[in-house]
Amino acid sequence: MSATALLVRDIRLAARAGGSMVLALAFFAAVATLVPFGVGADLALLARIAGGVLWVGAVLASLISLDRLFQADFEDGSLDLIALSPLSLETTAAAKIAAHWLTTGLPLTALSPLLALLFNLPPPAYQPLVVSLLLGTPCISALGSVGAALTMSVRRGGLILPLLVLPLLAPAVIFGAGAVLAALDGIASGALWLLAAFSLGAVLLSPFAAAAAVRLNLAG
Amino acid sequence: MFRYANPKRFMDLSGALLPWIASASALAFAAGLYLALAAPPDYLQGDSVRIMFVHVPAAWLAMMIYGLMALASLLSLVNRHPLADVAAKTAAPLGALFTALALVTGSLWGRPMWGAWWVWDGRLTSFLLMLFLYLGYIALWNAIEDETRAARATAVLALVGVVNLPIIEFSVDWWTTLHQGESIFRKGGPTISAVFLWPLFLLAIAYTALFFALWLVRIRTEILNRRARAMLMNSSEAA
Repeated sequence: MSATALLVRDIRLAARAGGSMVLALAFFAAVATLVPFGVGADLALLARIAGGVLWVGAVLASLISLDRLFQADFEDGSLDLIALSPLSLETTAAAKIAAHWLTTGLPLTALSPLLALLFNLPPPAYQPLVVSLLLGTPCISALGSVGAALTMSVRRGGLILPLLVLPLLAPAVIFGAGAVLAALDGIASGALWLLAAFSLGAVLLSPFAAAAAVRLNLAG
Repeated sequence: MFRYANPKRFMDLSGALLPWIASASALAFAAGLYLALAAPPDYLQGDSVRIMFVHVPAAWLAMMIYGLMALASLLSLVNRHPLADVAAKTAAPLGALFTALALVTGSLWGRPMWGAWWVWDGRLTSFLLMLFLYLGYIALWNAIEDETRAARATAVLALVGVVNLPIIEFSVDWWTTLHQGESIFRKGGPTISAVFLWPLFLLAIAYTALFFALWLVRIRTEILNRRARAMLMNSSEAA
């Protein structure tokens, strides 16, 4: 199986009816909708917290489909076949990260301006919001894949996964939401560059850690 | 070092060292706590400055234990040695404990100093995230039944965490900071007076020795447990 075939297969699985893509989008929208009920409908306040809410929502929505990233293939045995194929586990992990991002991170980014509208986000902040999500969501999929690979043999791994991954994602949320806030205040900040650097590092290194985790789970 | 990776040699050596480390810790605690209480109140912070003596060493230890855990994890992945697995596994709950201690004492200190039990300040927040990293590590150990597999998986997690910790620290500092800057290890010598430095130094030694004593006890207990389990399995197979 080539990496492209694996990528296309994973995208098809996530995009079909009942797949994780639509569920993640619906979850994202539902979380964002609940926030005004919690903090009140004051538009000035909502505009201020929009960036943070959408960033936290995007992280949570990406997490809900992560636990099956390797587990589904591990349980039905296809991961053993993939491991036997000439494709390295590092490439496999990279393909799975890419597929996860294309079916969660990218659609979430596309949906975010619409939700920002509901939060009364001022126009100058739209660009940093979308750019920060575009730069930052790949690192959610990348670091998440490490957690997914570590917990794939655990029966209720989905419960541990957030505890493993959420603290690691703190820098992404800080820089991502920080970029939106800086735009609101009209100050220049390096947040987007720092976010890009963090994301790039995570995307480059995570496939190796995820592959190591897959290997140790298959060896047992 | 690898000479003592043999469990038998390790048990002999650690058994001989343990009473010395434990008594060193007790002595340093006695002297340190006496000096801490005998020190004059700070002109600005009053008596609450004494919380520093129990807070700062706990924070140092919390970071050092994560480093040791990551080192043991690296050795366990590279050398596949069971003793390294045990060392990493047993360090984690102690690390979580010292992190929690640093957070609680920090919060108690923050109440009179900052006027709030919790402020979203850089170091407090990164310690809270570190506590979550420790808890995730412990949860993963408990979730995977097979011992070798659990050891490898948690080792990967510890290494991912140790790469990430400086970035988390940096990002949280970037985010906001209310906490005072570094005042002990800095160019031009410490900015705090010697009356405060001595008890701090002694208590740092006391905490460190306490950690090593507890760590050795935990490693020894785990080794004995594994031996007992192996003996039980052998006897049931023979029967």
